[in-house]
Amino acid sequence: MTDTLAQGSAVTKAAPDTMAWDSGLRRLMMIYLPLGCFVLILLFPFYWMAITSFKPNAELMNYRDNNPFWISSPTLAHIKHLLFNTAYPHWLKTTMLVAIGSTTLSLIASTLAAYAIERLRFRGSPYVGLGIYLAYLVPPSILFIPLATVVVQFGLFDSPLALILVYPTFLVPFCTWLLIGYFKSIPYELEECALVDGATRLQILRRITLPLAVPGLISAGIFSFTLSWNEFIYALAFIQSGANKTVPVAILTELVTGDVYQWGALMAGSLLGSLPVAIFYSLFVDYYVSSLTGAVKE
Amino acid sequence: MSVTTLSSPALAQRQPSWLVRLFDYKPFLIVMCLAPALGLLAVFLTYPLGLGVWLAFTDTTIGRRGIFVGLENFQYLLTDPLWWNAVFYSVFYTGIATFGKFALGFWLALLLNNHFPFKSVLRAIVLLPWIVPTVLSALAFWWIYDPQFSIISYLLVDVLHWKSSNIDFLGSPWPARFSLIAANIWRGIPFVAISLLAGLQTISPSLYEAAMLDGASAWQRFRYITFPMMMPILAIVMTFSIIFTFTDFQLVYAITRGGPVNSTHLLATLAFQRGIAGGELGEGAAIAVSMIPFLVFATLFSYFGLARRKWQQGEAND
Repeated sequence: MTDTLAQGSAVTKAAPDTMAWDSGLRRLMMIYLPLGCFVLILLFPFYWMAITSFKPNAELMNYRDNNPFWISSPTLAHIKHLLFNTAYPHWLKTTMLVAIGSTTLSLIASTLAAYAIERLRFRGSPYVGLGIYLAYLVPPSILFIPLATVVVQFGLFDSPLALILVYPTFLVPFCTWLLIGYFKSIPYELEECALVDGATRLQILRRITLPLAVPGLISAGIFSFTLSWNEFIYALAFIQSGANKTVPVAILTELVTGDVYQWGALMAGSLLGSLPVAIFYSLFVDYYVSSLTGAVKE
Repeated sequence: MSVTTLSSPALAQRQPSWLVRLFDYKPFLIVMCLAPALGLLAVFLTYPLGLGVWLAFTDTTIGRRGIFVGLENFQYLLTDPLWWNAVFYSVFYTGIATFGKFALGFWLALLLNNHFPFKSVLRAIVLLPWIVPTVLSALAFWWIYDPQFSIISYLLVDVLHWKSSNIDFLGSPWPARFSLIAANIWRGIPFVAISLLAGLQTISPSLYEAAMLDGASAWQRFRYITFPMMMPILAIVMTFSIIFTFTDFQLVYAITRGGPVNSTHLLATLAFQRGIAGGELGEGAAIAVSMIPFLVFATLFSYFGLARRKWQQGEAND
């Protein structure tokens, strides 16, 4: 490595045009400038969302006298309206309940399934794994109409419990897949030792495999939480009464009223609805990145 | 580890109850472990999938059990210009958006693969559009596309003076279609970029060193090393991306609800409009089922088309 580096620098000294090729200006033009544009475009909608939620209505509707990219007199009126004049706190609570409930349910189901497939090894276990993985490829847009009739049959229509039970259909395949990969990385010898010492299978799962798989469980958990927080189409189709709606559905169906859109309140609602996942995300960035890339590579 | 070794003598002394022995019986344990996951998937995924296909052949409406009508729903759809319009826009939307996402996402991944300060912070920021609920960012786009107070119009008209009047993003069919595609690309870039970045990091640097010694240019290194090495991961990410773009619902429902004059309906939003909002469950299910052939074709095409090199060589899947 040092050899090639030395050779490289020797070459650049000898030929000035190669040095120009690697110069700071080129780096600036080829890397930093496009990167800057990407970050600007990817973040602008959030900036716009945030700045709109603190702008008074007079500034929102007047670009001539105010610079639209900045707030001259910030206000909390939109957020106050949201928290005290609408059922927003209730929607937040429902969403939280649904997200936590479905995450717990799918974590339990997928841990057991992944353990059975990866560690209890039986004839056909790879096919069961493949079947669960294929379930991930069935998009909710195909399922929501028949699922609505199933939910009605079970008497769960308009109840958050329906969402808690239905969300695992897209969470379990992902989590199982992620956890199979994690269990694979735990040496089998550890379990063999415990078996020789006379531990039962469930003891092994509880005392050895699960403690070692904690990073995988965290990844699966935060992913499930985010996915169920963001879910839209099932929540739209299965919940009718205003009080039981989740945040994404409620903002779109309850806050969009009449012909004059209250952009301030809408954006404040979007900002508040995004914050929990954004905060959650910032705490566990590395887990997100590793589970996303781990799942793709598997 | 010490815990288990400590507990094992205690275990040997105690006579294991029949319950413990039952749970240590492997076939029973396997069934118990798989039951929750497979049960949930069977009741809420496999059964509805079959039920959906059945509903598509009936004239069920909300509150009334339908009777079998054969292919009537599909025959009706084939004569329905709105369905054809939705098919066209779904294919168009998926095609353009997938191309945009992969071109820009690959570029972003290549940029992020360089060394520079605050790299992990940047990587975290880039993923943000993918984390935030789609409907909520779609609302932000709706506001950005506002006919009167669009910030893009403001930039083009009042700051840069490139145009003389505001752009009507969502008022007429073609601008609305492209506005939705732009929003979809914006949301899709992070996922593609971060997945491909992971693939890029697995390519051994020694390949590039060897190519550089042989005098390969930057473009040649990309074309003959990066691109072929990325094929397997591109195939997987693209399969996912195509499936979830084709069946997209949230973005269109939040921004245009299929308007103006039904020009931006995707198959999913049309199915919702007819099936849930309109109450014609049978017809909605038929529209949803009509997505399946497209999905199967797109999956086979992207997977085998892109991974061709691999299975032609007869290598095992990994």
